[in-house]
Amino acid sequence: MVNKTGEIVKVGIADLNVVKPPDMIRTSGLGSCVGVVLYDESIQIAGMVHVMLPDSSLAKADIKNKAKFADTGIQALIKELEKRGTRSVRLKAKIAGGAQMFQFKSGTDLMKIGPRNVAAVKEQLQAARIPILSEDTGGSSGRTIEFNPSTSLLHIRTVDKGEQTI
Amino acid sequence: MNYIDKIQPIHLDILKEVGNIGAGHAATALSSLLNRKIDMKVPNVRIVPFAEMMELTGGSEKEVVSVSLGIEGEAGGNMFFMLTVEEANRFIQKLMNDESFTFHDRNVHNIGFSAMQEMGNILSGSYLSALGDFTQLKLQPSVPELAVDMFGAIISYGLLEISQYSDYTIVIDTILTEMDEGNVEIVKGHFFLLLSPDSFPVLFEALGAGYGK
Repeated sequence: MVNKTGEIVKVGIADLNVVKPPDMIRTSGLGSCVGVVLYDESIQIAGMVHVMLPDSSLAKADIKNKAKFADTGIQALIKELEKRGTRSVRLKAKIAGGAQMFQFKSGTDLMKIGPRNVAAVKEQLQAARIPILSEDTGGSSGRTIEFNPSTSLLHIRTVDKGEQTI
Repeated sequence: MNYIDKIQPIHLDILKEVGNIGAGHAATALSSLLNRKIDMKVPNVRIVPFAEMMELTGGSEKEVVSVSLGIEGEAGGNMFFMLTVEEANRFIQKLMNDESFTFHDRNVHNIGFSAMQEMGNILSGSYLSALGDFTQLKLQPSVPELAVDMFGAIISYGLLEISQYSDYTIVIDTILTEMDEGNVEIVKGHFFLLLSPDSFPVLFEALGAGYGK
């Protein structure tokens, strides 16, 4: 038997991807953005979307990139996972991000987007009846997250609050 | 038509001049403050996808010290003055003559943080006022904020408004380098200016260039 070494599949900002073991999936430098992991333990498949904005109605031009928004991004990720053989009733979620990095005393609403992103993600997952098994959201620190589809564990790194696995 | 598609080479040249004048004034301010030679590179103006923007200065996970402000008024956007943590440590150590200072020491209300914040204020303030003089536009800075965190987590704030229009941004990146007595590089700081899409027509018109016709 060949022992295949896993790769780490990167998800960029406003981007999504899907992996199977032994690969892992990761996104780095989440600030106000939210990383949403959806996974199906029964067939060991996982997807991640790096959401920037809470709702596609915020688009002021024709934006084809669905992964940018919580509503269209989560729907697109569910579709991608269904194409690989899962069903949304089997999906579970883990989420991280949505920090408030700055005070922005004079800033616009957009600068307070972290908590709004988290709320929008939760609303979408609830509508899709996908339970959130664990989360690390809010606060004021940036995060890098990595999900392992074979253990269903999400590893989170911050620069000043260390590392944790949820 | 997407705002990025309207950008012609002449517009990029104009933005290069914007970076030149802004960072040039900041370099002069820094030089007279530190009484040291400051080198400025020719600004790098590019249209980049967000994914590429997130990987500048050594990757989205790279820990940086940033002083950032929002620009309001007749044109809008965000400005970031950024150093890697190692360089920011050296910069403040030199400035305060305190070899023990580090940005990792966050529990202390260290004067080094205030020094960095003030330095960032002065630099971005002189960049912005030069920009205002050059364009004759009324531009107001928001209160600058200091952050020590991952590059991607910080710079993504500058992409938020732009992301409502596009997956690409125009980045005006100018590097200031502090040189010691023997002309050896001590620290290198990046100025990133990210303008809001609706600022471009105003800016180009103010500088006498057509846009999107």
